[in-house]
Amino acid sequence: MPRRLELDPVTVRRARTLARRAGKPVVDLARAHTTVSVERATLRMAGLTGADHENVPWVNHLVDAVREQVGLEHGVTTPIWDALISGAAPDLLTLAQKASSGGVTFRLPEKAHRTRARRAARTAVGRGIRTIDKQRATRERLITRHGDPKQKPWIYLIVATGDIREDIPQAQEAAREGADIIAVIRSTGQSLLDFVPEGETHEGYAGTYATQENFRLMRAALDESSKELGRYIRLTNYASGLCMPEIATLAGLERLDMMLNDSMYGILFRDINPIRTFVDQRFSRQVHARAGIIINTGEDNYLTTADAVEAAHTVTVSQLLNEYFAKEAGLQDWQLGLGHAFEIDPSIPDSFRLELAHALLARQLFPEAPLKWMPPTKHMTGDVFRGHLLDGFFNLAGAMTGQGILLVGMMTEAVVTPWLSDRDLALQNVRYVLNAAGGLTEDFHPPRDGFIQTRARQVLDEAVALLDEIATGSGGADTAYPQPLLAAIADGTFGAMKRPPTKGKGLDGVARKADDYDNPAIDLLETVDPPRSAAGRRREEGATR
Amino acid sequence: MTPRTEAQEARNTTRHHIGERRIEDALPGEASLQEPSPLVRPYGDTTGDGMVQLSFTLPLPHDKRAEGAALQLASKMGMSAPLLVHAKAIGPKFTFFVVYGPVTHLVDVRAVEVAEREFDLLSSKEVNTAVKKHLRRKLVVVGACIGTDAHTVGIDAILNIKGFAGEKGLEYYRELDVHNLGAQVLVPELVNTARELKADAVLVSQVVTQRDAHIHNTTAMSAAFREAFPAGKVPLLVVGGPRFEEGSAGALGVDRIFGRGTTPGEVASYLVHALVTPPTTQRKGA
Repeated sequence: MPRRLELDPVTVRRARTLARRAGKPVVDLARAHTTVSVERATLRMAGLTGADHENVPWVNHLVDAVREQVGLEHGVTTPIWDALISGAAPDLLTLAQKASSGGVTFRLPEKAHRTRARRAARTAVGRGIRTIDKQRATRERLITRHGDPKQKPWIYLIVATGDIREDIPQAQEAAREGADIIAVIRSTGQSLLDFVPEGETHEGYAGTYATQENFRLMRAALDESSKELGRYIRLTNYASGLCMPEIATLAGLERLDMMLNDSMYGILFRDINPIRTFVDQRFSRQVHARAGIIINTGEDNYLTTADAVEAAHTVTVSQLLNEYFAKEAGLQDWQLGLGHAFEIDPSIPDSFRLELAHALLARQLFPEAPLKWMPPTKHMTGDVFRGHLLDGFFNLAGAMTGQGILLVGMMTEAVVTPWLSDRDLALQNVRYVLNAAGGLTEDFHPPRDGFIQTRARQVLDEAVALLDEIATGSGGADTAYPQPLLAAIADGTFGAMKRPPTKGKGLDGVARKADDYDNPAIDLLETVDPPRSAAGRRREEGATR
Repeated sequence: MTPRTEAQEARNTTRHHIGERRIEDALPGEASLQEPSPLVRPYGDTTGDGMVQLSFTLPLPHDKRAEGAALQLASKMGMSAPLLVHAKAIGPKFTFFVVYGPVTHLVDVRAVEVAEREFDLLSSKEVNTAVKKHLRRKLVVVGACIGTDAHTVGIDAILNIKGFAGEKGLEYYRELDVHNLGAQVLVPELVNTARELKADAVLVSQVVTQRDAHIHNTTAMSAAFREAFPAGKVPLLVVGGPRFEEGSAGALGVDRIFGRGTTPGEVASYLVHALVTPPTTQRKGA
């Protein structure tokens, strides 16, 4: 898309420099720590699955047992494969079972024992990474066979029944009606569970549990739909909450295509400890990078708690930070579904022009990223007729500004979980607008220094000012966490929520790495490039732009 | 007095009920539109026409039979001679319908029960004055979304300075000490925080709910408070959300329920009503 806003390239460069300056100390902090979930994800890559009769996963049992005996700070794989080599159990599952009843003694092996244990761990974890690589290759093959959606933006639709067996026909029906991406919303309680539930599930609150088996079932169903419809239907789930690394791993193993993955969402909106979140986030993004998964970030959430005009620049700041953290973890531009939303109060004058300015700003700041455009929720009042019109304007803004992924708005937002007919009407709305006005990107040139250009520049300037304040802040200088970004989060800079680094859920699952920390997953993800087909690379690079 | 047309006369004599016979240009002694009747019908474009619109989906493929079924449903719902204005297949197994038509039902507004507000609406200044004068310390409010609900819109609308419907939230009130714990707060955590902060009132929001989660969460919450605090020392428990039934406060073990559209001013006024005045019925020793 050509440049429509005439943003000052010096300001844009400065915004990215400041984002890097604010983010870098947090990345260093993340690299210096591990979490129970990172360690469990590593064991999942090595193939450990299943749970005991009380549904406590074996990965939790095994990590807890190792942690109790030798601590988390060395990484769990070395003591675990040392135990396997010394004959404590014939395989990982049996070892976990024995360890759960206290039947295994773990130690930190030295010299040759250590080398041997590490080599064995690397081999086992490497097998999981190879599975992730194979799934990525399968995705590429299926996209070549079935094709990508014919239109932009791609149409993203949510199903959320709580029962995977109900979700499947609904998702297939939604795909038939035009959805390109199916997101299975998780049960809202899941983000605070410090374990990943097991197996096929039929009960959830306002959503369906993310489990490996549910992932597999839905992906298989959508593979059928892709074949039936002649376009590859993508599947989305959520890697937020306390188990980001594990869910990211399961997504890679089961060929999910997109994952919600925000750098700060868990901190701000779930009150998860900031350190835990940044450590988990980095690992999960490394896995997403490897798996060829497109991440979706959660900037829309800021606008549901703060005013969408006053807080417009916090969205830009968060997008820039998300971009920095994502690229640092190895994700590429085509994988950055940076979020933003249509949440301006429709009763204020020029609300649609302001929406266009904000949407275009995101589009121009991140020209290579797919961008995820989120529908109105805050100003959906229960008047479904007005809501349907508002969704139409949302669709129009998405079409005019060339967004990559359009989350379909429902007129019954804030009333009920979408009915079959709500979804059908919503998709008709999207189709009408894209069909009638999809080409408007070509005609839409906001006049130089007009309302839209001026507003976009103002938001960018405010974003730069806030980033400057964050990056040069000294709020936490005299504490154990001198990172300015952490101080800003503690001060309530984002979403008006104060989250100090010493509080929040999941802090007890964080450990500072010892000098001899070893994690073969991180080593492999950071040092070994995945095998890539040239065709896949070409397509991805041009895919969602 | 303008004489009426034949059509007007005919209309007035063919209808059977007082709810329909009320007319714009009533002669003395006739039922007039100016004095609202206690008996009403829906209004399309003519008094007493009873017109409603209805949309629904039937699990049937779209054909003549499905359309007949839709009309049958409309009749059973009380529409006489319903008009099927739109029918569209949603996939091979479902059909969506829009039906217009007159309902035969009358509603008697005298039989409608409304929970009247039991307290006076106060301005933020009056709230502050009342707290300062009678409580002589800040009134402590703890708010949270509990259980699986991650939607803080409700509690934020009431508590955040930003507020709702043009009214500033409780954080804006000088004499209220507000602690918003945010989303997915565990009940024990809420109880502990309420105790630590010596909360006068606990506000809990439940927006998104499925399978009556809002009811289970609320009863679990009120039970936990009753268990953790000696009788008479339990903070004032207030829940809010669009799905609560008015009048079910007792059954849920809470002091007050607020529904959709509640503004911060109403909540603040209620807190003053329940906790500050009159001093003799104060719930806490203060």
